[in-house]
Amino acid sequence: MTTANEHDERTGDIAPGYEVASREDAWNAVRGYLTGLALAVLLTVAAFWASGTDLIYRPGVPIALVVLAVAQMGIHLVFFLHITTGPDNTNNVLALAFGVLIVFLLVFGTVWVMAHMNQNMMPMH
Amino acid sequence: MSSPTLPIESDPYHIGHSGPDSSATGHGAGGPASKRIIVGYGFWIFLISDIILFSALFGSYAVLAPATAGGPAARDIFDTNNVAWETGCLLLSSFACGMASIAVGQRSQLWTQVALLVTGLLGLVFLLLEIHEFHGLLARGFGPTRSAFLTAFFTLVGCHGAHVTAGLLWLGTMMAQFFAKGFRRPIEHRYFCFSLFWHTLDIIWVAIFCLVYLVGINL
Repeated sequence: MTTANEHDERTGDIAPGYEVASREDAWNAVRGYLTGLALAVLLTVAAFWASGTDLIYRPGVPIALVVLAVAQMGIHLVFFLHITTGPDNTNNVLALAFGVLIVFLLVFGTVWVMAHMNQNMMPMH
Repeated sequence: MSSPTLPIESDPYHIGHSGPDSSATGHGAGGPASKRIIVGYGFWIFLISDIILFSALFGSYAVLAPATAGGPAARDIFDTNNVAWETGCLLLSSFACGMASIAVGQRSQLWTQVALLVTGLLGLVFLLLEIHEFHGLLARGFGPTRSAFLTAFFTLVGCHGAHVTAGLLWLGTMMAQFFAKGFRRPIEHRYFCFSLFWHTLDIIWVAIFCLVYLVGINL
């Protein structure tokens, strides 16, 4: 407690978001993380269940797993990394959107191009 | 040392959606962004470049996964139980890291150290489980030189493991700095970057356990 206050007095420079958060804010933050944890656990259990069950159409399982993975990544981004669509997050979201574009191009581009090249190869055996 | 306040008219078209009622800085109105926001944004750009690096490894894994060269396929070597334990450890570690962030916000040395210790121990258990898995594969002769599939697998998962190892070293440094120097602003900035790094590693692990392990078992 004292260390922080001394430091603030020394520089006299207080940025927004630097004040010691109130107890109430802290409990709200804990609730936010708990919500994120519960949703992540739910999606993880669903993924392991989908992988082992015979209840869903087997060839559809990989697609279900991709959907569950993307959903859980979204949960992590919102509840743990606090990436929101609020006005204070415009820059972060734009950077993320560009990153997602590049990831999409890299992964799907690689798979697409390599699958076609494989098809056009001379049979080896 | 307070920064000069720019007039609201500096963003007359509200390009940054920052109206007179908004307290968000860094959009032309409300003055320049705080150092914390700039540090966080810069580190966020780095993390996105790291995610792009991983996406290249995911792409090559997807292409090389069927190239088993007569060796074992994914379903022959992946152990669902081990992956479930690893996933649980890393998810709880990420949660504990969030608790540490709150403790830092409360300037509580005790809770910061406890939460960071839990974060680190869970990360360490994850790492040991992964080393155990790799060791078992190597002992059976299924090392990265066995097939293109195993090369891609060890590169992708090993790269994540290397990130976790670096994160654990960073975590230990943060605990020591909080303990020795207290909640100084530059140290808080470093911790903020660490928490972003640790949560991002968990996101990459979500992709690995779903798309590499669970999809691999089902193909």
